[in-house]
Order: sequence, then C-alpha cells, then structure tokens
Amino acid sequence: MTTTPDAPAAAPPVLSVRNLVKHFPVRSRGLVRRQVGVVHAVCGVSFDLAERETLGLVGESGSGKSTTARALLNLQPATSGEVFYRGRELTRLSRGEMRALRRDLQIVFQDPYASLDPRLPVNEIVAEPLRIHGLYGDEGRTVVRDLLRTVGLKPEHGNRYPHEFSGGQRQRIGIARALALRPKVLVLDEPVSALDVSIQAGVLNLLDELQDELGLSYLFVSHDLSVVRHIADRIAVMYLGRIVETGTAEQLFASAAHPYTQALISAIPLPDPRKERARERITVVGDMPSPVNPPSGCRFRTRCPKFADELTEAERQVCVDDNPALVDRGQGHPAACHYAESRTLL
Amino acid sequence: MTPAGTGAEDVLGAGSMNGSAPPDGTVLEVEGLTVGFPSDEGLVRAVRGVSYTLRGGEVLGIVGESGSGKSVTSLAVMGLLPGNAQVTGSVRFRGQELVGASDATMTKIRGRRVAMIFQDPMTSLNPVYTVGFQIAETLLAHHDMTKAAALDRAAELLDTVRIPNARARLDSYPHELSGGMRQRVVIAIAMANDPDVIIADEPTTALDVTVQAQIMDALDVARRATGAAMVLITHDLGVIAGQADRVMVMYAGKPVESGTAEDIFYTPRMPYTLGLLGSLPRLDRASARLTPIPGAPPSVVNMPPGCPFSPRCPIAQPVCDETEPELTPTTSAEHTAACHFSAELAGREAHELFETTVSDADALAEFVRETEDQSS
Amino acid sequence: MFRRFLQHRLAVVSLCVLIALVLLAYVGSALWQYDFGEITPDNSQPPSLAHPFGTDSVGKDQFAQVLRGTQISLQIAVLVALFSTLIGTVWGSVAGYFGGLTDTILMRISDLVLTLPLLAVAAMLAQNFGGSWWLISLVIAGLYWAYVSRVSRGVVLSLREKEFIEAAKALGASDLRIIFRHLVPNALGSIIVNATILVAIAILLETSLSYLGFGVRPPDTSLGILVSEAQTALTTRPWLFYFPGLFIIVIALTINFIGDGLRDALDPQQTRVRQ
Ligand SMILES: Nc1ncnc2c1ncn2[C@@H]1O[C@H](COP(=O)(O)OP(=O)(O)O)[C@@H](O)[C@H]1O
Ligand SMILES: Nc1ncnc2c1ncn2[C@@H]1O[C@H](COP(=O)(O)OP(=O)(O)O)[C@@H](O)[C@H]1O
Ligand code: SF4
Ligand SMILES: [Mg+2]
Ligand SMILES: [Mg+2]
Repeated sequence: MTTTPDAPAAAPPVLSVRNLVKHFPVRSRGLVRRQVGVVHAVCGVSFDLAERETLGLVGESGSGKSTTARALLNLQPATSGEVFYRGRELTRLSRGEMRALRRDLQIVFQDPYASLDPRLPVNEIVAEPLRIHGLYGDEGRTVVRDLLRTVGLKPEHGNRYPHEFSGGQRQRIGIARALALRPKVLVLDEPVSALDVSIQAGVLNLLDELQDELGLSYLFVSHDLSVVRHIADRIAVMYLGRIVETGTAEQLFASAAHPYTQALISAIPLPDPRKERARERITVVGDMPSPVNPPSGCRFRTRCPKFADELTEAERQVCVDDNPALVDRGQGHPAACHYAESRTLL
Repeated sequence: MTPAGTGAEDVLGAGSMNGSAPPDGTVLEVEGLTVGFPSDEGLVRAVRGVSYTLRGGEVLGIVGESGSGKSVTSLAVMGLLPGNAQVTGSVRFRGQELVGASDATMTKIRGRRVAMIFQDPMTSLNPVYTVGFQIAETLLAHHDMTKAAALDRAAELLDTVRIPNARARLDSYPHELSGGMRQRVVIAIAMANDPDVIIADEPTTALDVTVQAQIMDALDVARRATGAAMVLITHDLGVIAGQADRVMVMYAGKPVESGTAEDIFYTPRMPYTLGLLGSLPRLDRASARLTPIPGAPPSVVNMPPGCPFSPRCPIAQPVCDETEPELTPTTSAEHTAACHFSAELAGREAHELFETTVSDADALAEFVRETEDQSS
Repeated sequence: MFRRFLQHRLAVVSLCVLIALVLLAYVGSALWQYDFGEITPDNSQPPSLAHPFGTDSVGKDQFAQVLRGTQISLQIAVLVALFSTLIGTVWGSVAGYFGGLTDTILMRISDLVLTLPLLAVAAMLAQNFGGSWWLISLVIAGLYWAYVSRVSRGVVLSLREKEFIEAAKALGASDLRIIFRHLVPNALGSIIVNATILVAIAILLETSLSYLGFGVRPPDTSLGILVSEAQTALTTRPWLFYFPGLFIIVIALTINFIGDGLRDALDPQQTRVRQ
C-alpha cells in the first residue's frame, strides 16, 4: 500500500458517499400497522473520505449522523444513494459480498457498555472478528495479545469480562476489535461521547497514533465540535438529515458560512473564562424540528437567526421554497445557505 | 426582584436561628460534610469532607468527573438522600443547621428558599399534571393567593424563561414538551418562590449544545430575577468558565482545588486540575496533543490512605501515599489546592507533566509490520 | 463459572439434595425389598421400620411407590423442560432476531398452540395411545414450548437492539453465529429460570392429568397419582399424602434454586451472589 501523506486530496477518495438517503417508515400502532409517515433521517448526503484523512461528521442528536454511518456500512439498507469503497458500490452488494469488504471497513460504537458482549471475556471479543473471517488460526492468541497491547491494555487482562473494565478501557477494547481485521477505514460513531474528559483524551490520542502508524481513514461522528476540531482534517456539519456546510477544520472555524454552523460554534462554551465571557454569540431559538415533518426549503429556517432577523420578506420566501444547494457561494468552501456569509466567531 | 436576605425570619421563625450568625451575605455554609452509604463491600464514602460558603447572588461552580460526589453533596444539602445514607458535618442555610433538621423545617426550606434543578427534568415534573397546574401548586403551597392569580403568575414565569406562547403552554403535559422546554419549566418552578439559593445539578447535560445555551440563558434570567445564589454542578469546564464566579474542583468525594474561575483556569495548582484542562480538546485553537490522565478515579470504598490522586499523578512522591493533603492556600488565600507539591506547578503546562502517548509503541510497530506482511 | 456456581450456597445444597433424591429413586428402589407394584400382606399401615412411608389400603409399600413416582415425575419434568426449552428458545430467538414476516408467522403459530386446550389434547391422545410417561411429557412439552418461545422472543427482541449485536454484524458474523454465540448465551439466564419453572409446572400438570385419568396409568405410578389417590384417605391415612407431597415440593424447590444458581453463575457481571 503506497501512501502519499503530503498530497492526500489529489489521490482518489477511499470512500465516497453520493446522495445517501435513509427513510424509516412510521407505522400506526395496532394489528395492521399501516404506514402513517416517514422519518426523513438522512436526505441526500454526499461526501468523500481520502486516504489517511479524518472527516468529522458533526451535528446535534437526531441529525442523522449514526444513520449515515450505519447505512454506508450496509448495517441498515440505504433507501437510495450510493457508497463507493475504492470504486466498488456497496449499497447493492449481497451480504456475502459485503462480508469480504467488512475486513476493510470497520466501526467503533458510542456506548462502551452496550457494544461489547457481556458474556464473553475480552480475549474472545477481540478474537471474534478473526474467527468470523477464519483468520484465528494458530497465531490467533498472539494476535489478540498484540492487539490488546497496541491499544494500551494489558494482555494479562484478556480473561476478564467487559464489566471489569472502565469506560475508557472498554472503548479501547472496541477499537482493538475493530483493528483486528486490519481495516482501511474506521467509522467512529461518537467513540468518546460517553467518557469523562480525562479518559476521552486518552482515546483521542490513541486514535491519532493509530492513524499515523496504520494510515487509516476515519469517519469521525460526533456531536461535539471541540472534539471534531481536534481530530478532524475536514468537517461536515449535519442538520436534520442534510449536510449544511463542509470544509477543512481551519476554514470552518475561521469563517463559518452557514448560520447553523455559526450557532453551533457560538453555543459551545470555551474553557477560558475571559474569552468565554467576552464572546460574540449567534444564538438560535427552539429545538430541532421532527424529521417526520421537516420544514420545506431550508430545513434550518425555523430556527435560523438570519432568517428571523436579517432577511427581507422576499428573501425569506426563497428560504421557504428552495432547498439551498451545498455549494461555495464565495466563502471558499461549500455551505447550504442561500445567504451564506462568513463569520469569525472565535 | 427581591434583595437576597429578606423574608428569612418570617419563614423560619426567630427561634430557629441557632448557632452563630452567618458572616455578612453568606446564604449557605457547608462545613466538613461527609456522606457514606453502607454496602456489602464496605462503606461507600461518596463525600469525604466538603466545605464551602455561598454568598448572596454568586455562582459557585462544582466540577469533577462522574462519581466524584457532586450530586451526593447537593442531595445532602437538600436533605434528599436515601435513608441509609450516613451524613456528618454541617450545612447551614442563613445560619440554620439543616443536617438532622426535622422534616417540617426541611419542607419549609426546600423549594421555597433553596430550589433544586436536576439533570433529568422528569425527576421534578409529574407526568400526569399539566405544567400550569404544577407551577401553580408550587406557588399555592407557599403563598396565600387565588388559583387564578397563581396561574397568571405561572404564565409570567414561563414567559420569563422564554417559553413561547406561555399562556397556551400552561395546559401542556410534560411529555408534550421537548427536553429543553421541560428543563425551562423546571427552572420556572424553581424560581416560583423566589428562592435564595438554586442548586442546579448538570442542568444541561442531557441536552444538545444549542439548547444548552438557551437553558443557561434561562438560568441566568431566573437568577437575576430572584437574586438567588447558585450552585452549578457540571462536568463541563466550558460551562463553568462562562458562568461561575468561584469554582470547586472535586475528586473522589473531596474538593481538591478551589478558587475564582480565573485561578482555576489560568493558574491551576493541583495536578488533577491541570491534567483536566490539558485533556480538553479546544474549540478556540487547533490543539496539539491532549494530556490524558492515566488510570481511572479510585473506588471510594476502602480507600487507601494518602492523596486519592496519587496513583494517577505525574509528580507524586512517597509522601503522597501516606498523608492526604488538606486544602491549603496557594496563589491567594482564596485559591486553595490539596496537593503536597502545588508550588511546583507554578508556570508548568499540562503537557510538560503528563504523558501524551497512550499506545504501546513496540506493540504498534509490531502490528504495523504484521499488517504490511499481510497485505504484501 | 463453576466457581461462581459453588459460591451460591443454596444452589449447591439443592444440587446435593437433588442428586441424593435421584440416587434414592433409581438405585434405592432397586435395592429396596419391595417392588412398587408388589402387594404386601400389611395394608393401611402407618410408617414403620418395615414400611418407612407406610402402606396403602391394598398393601402396597408406599416407600417403593414414592420412589417409583419420583422416577416417573422426574423423567417427565426433565423431558418437558428439555424439549420445550430447546424448541421454544430456538423458535423464539429466530422470530425475535429476524423480526418482520418471520416473526409474525412463527408467533402466530405459537399463539395458536397456546390456545390449544391441554386437557382436551391430552384426553384425546390418552384415549388413542394409552397413558405413558413419555407421551404425557411430549404432550406437555408440545404445548409449553410455545410459552417458552414467547419468553425467549421477548428477551431476544430487547437484546437485538444492543450495540454488541450490531457490532457482530459489522464484523461480518452470520445470522446463526449471532443467534447462537451472542443472543442465546445472553438470554440463557432468563431461559434457565423459565426452564426451572417449567419443571415445577410439568410435575403439577402431570398430577392433574393423572387425576383426571389421562396421565400415567396404574399399575405404574407417579408422584401426581400418589397425591391424588391419597386425597380420599387424607384423614384416615395421611402418610399416603404427605410423603409424595413432600417429594414434589422438594423437587420443585431444589430445581428452582439450582436454576437461580445457574443463572447467576452464567452471568459474569454477577460478582456477588445472593445468599
Ligand atoms: N430504526 C429507526 N427507526 C425509526 N427512526 C429512526 C431509526 N433510527 C434512527 N431514527 C431516527 O432518525 C433520526 C436520525 O437518527 P440518528 O441517525 O441516530 O441521529 P444522530 O446519530 O445524529 O443522533 C432520528 O430522528 C431518529 O429518531
Ligand atoms: N444511594 C447510593 N448508594 C450507594 N452509593 C451511592 C449512592 N448514591 C451515590 N453513590 C455513590 O457515590 C459516589 C458519588 O456519586 P455522585 O455524587 O452521584 O457523583 P457525581 O454526581 O459527581 O457524578 C459514586 O461512587 C456513587 O456510586
Ligand atoms: S437558507 Fe435561509 S433559512 Fe436557511 S440558513 Fe440560510 S438564511 Fe437561514
Ligand atoms: Mg448517533
Ligand atoms: Mg451527578
């Protein structure tokens, strides 16, 4: 495998997602269970992931991040859209065909308590992927020991059960399991959200080190913009099933163009009393609307401060009628707002 | 707006003012508070000696990782611990001792003078009554007013915490509201009786950041409207930085550092605080390596002697395993830290003390080699 | 796991008692001087050295009868628990795991089975095939697996949503592997507790079937038959009632405690055991 660390963008992406859509039917209660509506969980998401790159997918809970992650790994069938891994389309693969590709595409889950089988000792948990793919063999035991050491766990503890470990250690077990198949792409669904900060930092550093050494690509899903800024090269901001802004981490933080990104950046308190108290803020009102009845046009318009305070009646009508495309409107990176305008908020 | 301090006598009665009068402006004094829970493994020493004073109108931030005893401390103050809890020490509200106080006394103080806001709004809301009914009930419990007046006031309160269409919302049931709305209702209930102290335990932890910002605003409004002092408990150092006048950092059931927000964030004098700050990914700058704190907090059952942080501490010396350090003044009399070597932290950065590499370099290199072998 | 079971004192004691009981029933009855069908000259004797449990009105030795009854009742209980648990667990796990149409069809079938009147089925089969202990077991198991399938489906439904199942899918595990390596072991605790309840239910059901004449037929006997026969003699020859009754209770209780112990032993999170 050749790597070109200095020009990752020039190489073809490892993973490409095009117009990914995932709808969940809402059924009535009772015996017949008619379909009475649709959860528009993910509505036309597209992005690329380059080799050795970390793409941060960030947004509030319910914005469709996990659904995107699961659909692109074929854990839940996508409603429509395409996912290409090294040129191969994944969404139409059979389970058997997908199985072989699972060695390259792995996932780490959010909840370190729920994502490990409580009835298996850690050695077995980490060996599970090897066994499934017939790779355990004679050296299986050694491989598992090495994996545990790699993620900073003591191999002697391999006979223990998950509940005997702390949250941070469990998340490392989850990472070891995902690494066992030596994947190329790791999807990380809120891998540190359940951890205390001092523990979370350890897991983030570990991910950094693994990426450097193993040349992995990460799709890092998180609701925490600070974590994403720390770990990601590029960031995609999601709102109600759509990506509303993408760019490199520097672009996004230096000149956020979408009102939602701006609000998100504003809302995160800085651990620095003087800066925090002197900040300019863009605040939003209300909660994210239900994805069962998303607003027409721009989905953010019901909470958009620009829509509410700055636009004329005619301009607003555009937000109500037209879904803003995710394109560069002169800010240097794409944002899905008809009236995108860069702001520096930090 | 009621200036802090009026009305103490009419509620508590003259006779209840036992002990020494509080220092000027102090509303809440906690001294040597300990809480233990008997368990099969031994006594769970959830709180091992917490002392603080809360002055009228100020915000005291209590920060610490989960399990450090933040919630138990505030439940002890409110007298809301389960029956098996063993509480010692003293909690004085405007000079009146609350530890061991009668139920009648506690009922008068709880809700009326000291209000509590929990992480999960549904702990304080009753799912079968409308929001309006619940706020009115709180008002009527402590005030002589008509039902209609109480409902009017309830609508006003909802409006204060920025609930749109407050009037119409009175008839909503809690389950019809979003998490953020519910937490606002809880804040409205908390401020209904014009309390002197609001204790908010992780009020925004379950919420999204944009909603968190709204709730922090609502809390601010509530605090200004009532003039209440606030104890704000959170694990989010950012929230503390924005809100707290003074900060207490807790670890393993004890405060390990205390001072103004500036003291804590700019000149920490306890390795734990330093590590905690260094482990935060920052939104405001592209950060270098984070400094995770190795290991995990100790179990508070059968704790060994010495400093509870010592097994994780980069500057620990043998003495740390023998004597538990007390909070002692550092950069100022108000800025205290519980560390034998706090002076050594002056001018040091987290990454100078804490290891940033977490993987086993040899194992990782080995793994890389094997991976390359396999793919070739 | 074995160590954890040994820590469960009540379960260990129960296991010893049950083993003793089984030995007594099989080995003891072979060695005992009377056969269970044998009619001795002493009739209606209260317990004595010669007849520890007394004799009935025709002179059968009650001790021999109770030992035979224990054999039959245990066999029925074990067979029922085994069959219905096995079938029910697989049925329910498959339904719960796959969901959708599979679930609907499988569960409709088991609902249907649940509505079958046990007594009518038993009566019909008994008419045509005569009563034997294994037929009774199959009848009871043939109806009760449906009940087990409901329980295991419920457990699997809640487990299915757990992230570790999704993790197994992401690793490429097959459905069979997910069901038998991850779902069933995690559901085992509830399944075992259910199986032990089934043992008690089976013994009691056999009693009522025998009472109605659809169960094991004389001259063979079971604990259920012994108890029901003794009812008429409760005031005059109470020993006929108390000894088989005691055996039923002891069997049901010990199996229940053993089940508890097994459940705790299978759960690695159970660090302490309830004493
Ligand atoms: N299996 C499902 N059935 C129905 N709705 C679902 C399902 N999974 C997710 N959703 C809905 O899809 C939306 C997006 O969810 P999710 O992808 O989990 O968001 P995020 O990970 O960003 O918090 C939410 O409104 C959620 O309720
Ligand atoms: N009712 C209780 N019985 C026994 N232990 C308890 C009880 N409540 C809390 N604890 C223990 O007390 C410690 C402190 O808990 P808590 O105050 O809730 O921590 P925090 O709020 O800082 O996360 C924890 O170790 C917790 O397990
Ligand atoms: S398109 Fe309109 S409503 Fe949407 S973010 Fe831009 S200004 Fe706001
Ligand atoms: Mg999610
Ligand atoms: Mg708490």
